[in-house]
Amino acid sequence: MKRLGIDIGSTTIKCVVLSDAGEVLYSSYDRHRAKIAERMTDLLHEVAGRFPEEEFLLGVSGSAGMGIANDLGLPFVQEVWATRIAVRRLAPETSVVIELGGEDAKILFLDGAMEVRMNGSCAGGTGAFIDQMATLMGITPDEMNTLARGSERTYTIASRCGVFAKSDVQPLLNQGARREDVAASIFLAVVNQTIAGLAQGREIKGNILYLGGPLTFLSGLREAFDRTLGVHGVLPENSLYFVALGAAMAKTAQRVSPEELAQKTEGYTSKRGYLGCDPLFRDEAELEAFRRRHDGDTGNTRMTDTPVGALSLGIDAGSTTVKAVLVDEEGNLFRPLYTSNSGNPVPILRQYLTDLYRDCPDIRITSSCVTGYGEQLIRAAFGVDMGLVETVAHYTAAERFCPDVDFIIDIGGQDIKCFQIRDGAIDSIYLNEACSSGCGSFLQTFSAVLGDTPAQFSERALRADAPVDLGSRCTVFMNSSVKQAQKDGASVENIAAGLAISVVKNALYKVIRCADPKRLGEHIVVQGGTFLSDAVLRAFERETGRCCLRPKVAGLMGAYGAALWAQRHAPAASTLIDPSGLAAFTHDVKAITCNGCENHCRLTVNTFGSGAKYIAGNRCEKPVRGKAASEAFDLYAYKLSLLAAYRNDPEDDRPAVGIPMGLNLYELLPFWYTLFHSLGYRVIVSETSSHALYVRGQHTIPSDTVCYPAKLMHGHMESLIEKGAKLIFYPSMSYNLDEGHGKNHYNCPVVAYYPKVLGANVHFPRDVKYVSGFVGLHNRRAFPRLFVRMMRENGIALDPKAVERAADLAYAEYISYMKRVHDEGQRYLAVARERGLPVVVLAGRPYHIDPEINHGIPRLICDLGAVVVSEDALASDVPFFETTVLNQWTYHARLYAAAKRVAGEREQPMGLVQLVSFGCGVDAITTDEVRAILESAGQLYTQIKIDEITNLGAVKIRLRSLFAVMSERGKR
Amino acid sequence: MKEKKKQAVGETCPWGFENPPFTREMKETYTILSPDIFPIHMRLIAEIFHMYGYNLEILRSRGRQVIQCGLEHIHNDMCYPAICMCGQQLYALTSGEYDPHKCALIQFQTGGGCRASNYIWMLRKALHNMGMDDVPVLSLSFNRVEKKSGFRVTPMMLAKGLVAVIYGDMLMLLKNQVKPYEANPGDTDRVLDKWYAELTSQMKRNRGLFGRSLARNLRAIAEDFHNVQRRDVKRTKVGIVGEIYVKYSAFGNNGLEEFLESQGCEYMVPGVFPFFQFMFDCQLADREFYGDGTRRASALSKFGAALARRFERTFRKALEPYPEFVVPSTFAELRRLGEKNIGRGVKMGEGWLLPAEIAELIEHGYNNVICVQPFGCLPNHIVGKGVVRTLRETYPNANICPVDYDAGASKVNQENRIKLMLAVSEEKDDETTGD
Repeated sequence: MKRLGIDIGSTTIKCVVLSDAGEVLYSSYDRHRAKIAERMTDLLHEVAGRFPEEEFLLGVSGSAGMGIANDLGLPFVQEVWATRIAVRRLAPETSVVIELGGEDAKILFLDGAMEVRMNGSCAGGTGAFIDQMATLMGITPDEMNTLARGSERTYTIASRCGVFAKSDVQPLLNQGARREDVAASIFLAVVNQTIAGLAQGREIKGNILYLGGPLTFLSGLREAFDRTLGVHGVLPENSLYFVALGAAMAKTAQRVSPEELAQKTEGYTSKRGYLGCDPLFRDEAELEAFRRRHDGDTGNTRMTDTPVGALSLGIDAGSTTVKAVLVDEEGNLFRPLYTSNSGNPVPILRQYLTDLYRDCPDIRITSSCVTGYGEQLIRAAFGVDMGLVETVAHYTAAERFCPDVDFIIDIGGQDIKCFQIRDGAIDSIYLNEACSSGCGSFLQTFSAVLGDTPAQFSERALRADAPVDLGSRCTVFMNSSVKQAQKDGASVENIAAGLAISVVKNALYKVIRCADPKRLGEHIVVQGGTFLSDAVLRAFERETGRCCLRPKVAGLMGAYGAALWAQRHAPAASTLIDPSGLAAFTHDVKAITCNGCENHCRLTVNTFGSGAKYIAGNRCEKPVRGKAASEAFDLYAYKLSLLAAYRNDPEDDRPAVGIPMGLNLYELLPFWYTLFHSLGYRVIVSETSSHALYVRGQHTIPSDTVCYPAKLMHGHMESLIEKGAKLIFYPSMSYNLDEGHGKNHYNCPVVAYYPKVLGANVHFPRDVKYVSGFVGLHNRRAFPRLFVRMMRENGIALDPKAVERAADLAYAEYISYMKRVHDEGQRYLAVARERGLPVVVLAGRPYHIDPEINHGIPRLICDLGAVVVSEDALASDVPFFETTVLNQWTYHARLYAAAKRVAGEREQPMGLVQLVSFGCGVDAITTDEVRAILESAGQLYTQIKIDEITNLGAVKIRLRSLFAVMSERGKR
Repeated sequence: MKEKKKQAVGETCPWGFENPPFTREMKETYTILSPDIFPIHMRLIAEIFHMYGYNLEILRSRGRQVIQCGLEHIHNDMCYPAICMCGQQLYALTSGEYDPHKCALIQFQTGGGCRASNYIWMLRKALHNMGMDDVPVLSLSFNRVEKKSGFRVTPMMLAKGLVAVIYGDMLMLLKNQVKPYEANPGDTDRVLDKWYAELTSQMKRNRGLFGRSLARNLRAIAEDFHNVQRRDVKRTKVGIVGEIYVKYSAFGNNGLEEFLESQGCEYMVPGVFPFFQFMFDCQLADREFYGDGTRRASALSKFGAALARRFERTFRKALEPYPEFVVPSTFAELRRLGEKNIGRGVKMGEGWLLPAEIAELIEHGYNNVICVQPFGCLPNHIVGKGVVRTLRETYPNANICPVDYDAGASKVNQENRIKLMLAVSEEKDDETTGD
């Protein structure tokens, strides 16, 4: 009997028919667009037509096939398992299978102990991810493949989740990176994601088999795998159909007639249903009232075709869109531009200006201002007079519409910005973290997937009768929730409305973290492209219970604010490019590596016809100004320089002990170095962190959601092994030293026990002894005795007397190190007072001084003209105080103490910026408390989330907003 | 005990708020709302509270709106159990079903370096933000992280609570081993219900709690389950370990047990009692590894551990006549497995107990182990996913499947992974039977 296999994946439906001998007689591959039952019916009719009057042994597989198979009582084979069956039959010599699908990535290890791995719920889809990136670049995946061939270099793109990657790719495109290089980098990111997320400590070697859509269609992706793994993988015949083949071959396959089955699938609707919530509008009348109300939201501005007098140009080069507008002397708007930036805003604005000069030759532009991500690029390209931080731009515009505005929320393509206004100044700022971003562009991407324009999509949402409850989570989760809802029979209308509601909930509960949406403000102005959607606006009004003002030009507000600002601060003579300059305009992009320091930043150099240059990708000002800032007061750098003294132990014949330079050892290195030194050991410290070091260790990371500082430890272990350390020491410590700030003095679970994870997952050579025993430095008296015992248990005999002496020295050294940090911090504060410089307390953990972890943010703050001190330099002067959370971790107690110190500062401008590592669960507790402490004293709270990679553009916006507020406060 | 008394110097915190104490008068009139943690044990534990005059009520509300309530009031990056449990409590207060002026909330605190020790603080913050400052939040804590006046857990009450846990463990252990094989559907549940009724009625009379009557009850329970008529069917044996809330609570793990039943599995969930023993042991370990604590505290922990060992012996003895039942390992054995697979100093969250339980399950023939954890759970990076490789090396037959739970995680995705684990297990069975 012939066999029939059907594989219903997340985006496609595949089918094979096998002869008795196992030959493939028929195969088909089609996108199902979530209409699973319909496609399956078509397919069955097709099969019945080709093989009339026959019965088949049927197997169904695929992530989207489970529901329908269950409901119709069809034999279901889990899809990884189906692959396994097919591989064993068709390519039995395979060692490892790498299979990428629309939304999943899988690795099957077939050599030795068989293991199968699927991506976690966080890792996002790979095929869908490539599609998303392609959409972002405005090309098809095939074109991306072609582009990747011409790459010269690759950039680092976060490989964990699609949303992250997006916020890396977008700035690259905005900075003018070559599209070929970006394409290749995206493929590399997929490879890294697969290895880091799925290999989990097992090496990928031997005969590799590539399966699934993306690997079949994209040769560049296969090459990227080959290169990274150092293998030569094979793409077998029928590589798209292995799951379907496996389903057909499974012994559980059952006899069916396609005709009969088609009758069943035809009438099939999911039995499950989905969870709905209240519709956005109960009836037409409500909708009409809503529309009428918002028609009046014009404020005192209007569009004009005949501008009066001198004009000011405002440009907002946002993450996904470019906006521009001119304002005349009467405040009228002229020639608005709102368009997708297609990855590069430069040609769009060039066209805009060219058209403008052509259509209105008599025009007189006396001032110009640009805001947004592309600010510097656009300034350099077109000689724009000034740049403005986005938050101020938006406030300037909102104030024009509603003078007593007290809350502004702007949801753009990639960012959510909210600010509270008190007494005419920005009071608190909420910006979304890289994780929950992509809201606006997500709506856009999703409407495209469903074949609508964003406007149509919004229109549909208004008619929804029971919007899908999609929760308020990140894009990737939302993606699978939408798929699920589709399978459960939700209409496009209800999905569209559900998405609009979830964008709002995301903003309110995840970004603003407001306890009561009804208390945001009295006069709320909403703006940003996403609020052009009536559905989003309605959802927002319903959630907050307020009528909001949506200016007619909601999407243009950044540009409008910039134009108003330019008008107010008009220069003597505008430097904006003139028609002749525009005619001769050229734009070249070159990628180079900066060799100015050990960071080796990969720079993108934009050169324009006027000779102006714009360099992006730099972490410091050196490549731009030719030298580093003359004198930087950066306590982070100072701490690093102190630690450097413990890192260069000369090589001799003393026994050596290796210490990894990461996590708590960033603070305890002076202790352990001194201890081992006085015990007669030579100390080998692992090399400085870098992304390359991370990649070297990434194959042994067991949990892909742990924080980046912990993941880096795997690379440090590799480094120590390579440096020839035969004894590696990394103690487990439940407790830290007790500094008296909290009720206990724990380490966080990851810092405490990561040594054990490394011991279980790193492949240590046989002759390397790894010591990760439990040690408590907090108990000064018991330490020497217990340390000797712990080392003895690990086979290392130490003289207890010598350890007593060594411990005295080690504790003294540690105290001296901490004192030096404190004293230098105090000196910086004094310098700042003397010179009138603002102080930024960059509050994190000791390991945040690692430049690979902080991405050069301390230096960036210095370059913006501030003095940077760290939390530990301030904390020790603050006596114990009560907090509203359980204060029980030593490092985190310092955060509260530092916040208290900043809150109590009256003499000099001082702000606190909290560095938060992505995945740091403890910071879910600390961030709210630090914010509460600061806000109780009327101080601004700023948080920067960092991960394997960070979006320095977004960081700059935060910092500049903070500086704007600090200087505003200073003036008052 | 690590806790220190520290006094605030100078002003009190201006961003702070007061949570009212639970007074003696409140004991009479207030309902204490508790999240639904252990589905089987909670009814019996509630009975102990009633015995001491507290009106404890276990919240059973579930569903999207409960989660949504949690998400609205608790930091979204907090672990999922916080969202579920606090969500249940806050939802109850806002649902109109309870009078918020006559309610207190309770959280079971394990203390320690995991962020779970902050749940009650999060709950208080949430109440403050909701304008419900007058709802007292109680902490039932082993480590006494919090001290509250009108609510006192005496050593006797604690001991009785432990007995309730033992009964719960016995019922859970046997129900899980009998139900998949019962010949007449419903028989097992009937035994379960009979014993719920019987034990509550005994407790109401302050009976059946210690010594002989405890032993007698446990034996009778074992006998009743033994007498349930069973069929000889083949079931895939699955073990469930993980973070303590999502491990036991069907609300937390999206009805994991029900799903496994539908897939024809027999599942084993290690008991709650060893977790208490684990906490005693952690205090001893702190002294051993770091020299912490006083001699007196250490003597107390030793006494507690010895008492627990006696309970354990009674428990095991009750099962002796019925060799068909898998008997859990002794705590001493678990401790050995924990030491071997990660080290006994790992004490945050479920600590070394989690790898020990995986090893125990595999040694008892439950080769397929689902390790459930809240998404981004810190201790689980270490004791969950972190140890899988070690365990696979020790037990080549181990088929361990970590599954993440989160407000946004899709049930289908979770079930798909479990199906994969079951498929692997089938092939492993085929290999051993030579198919």
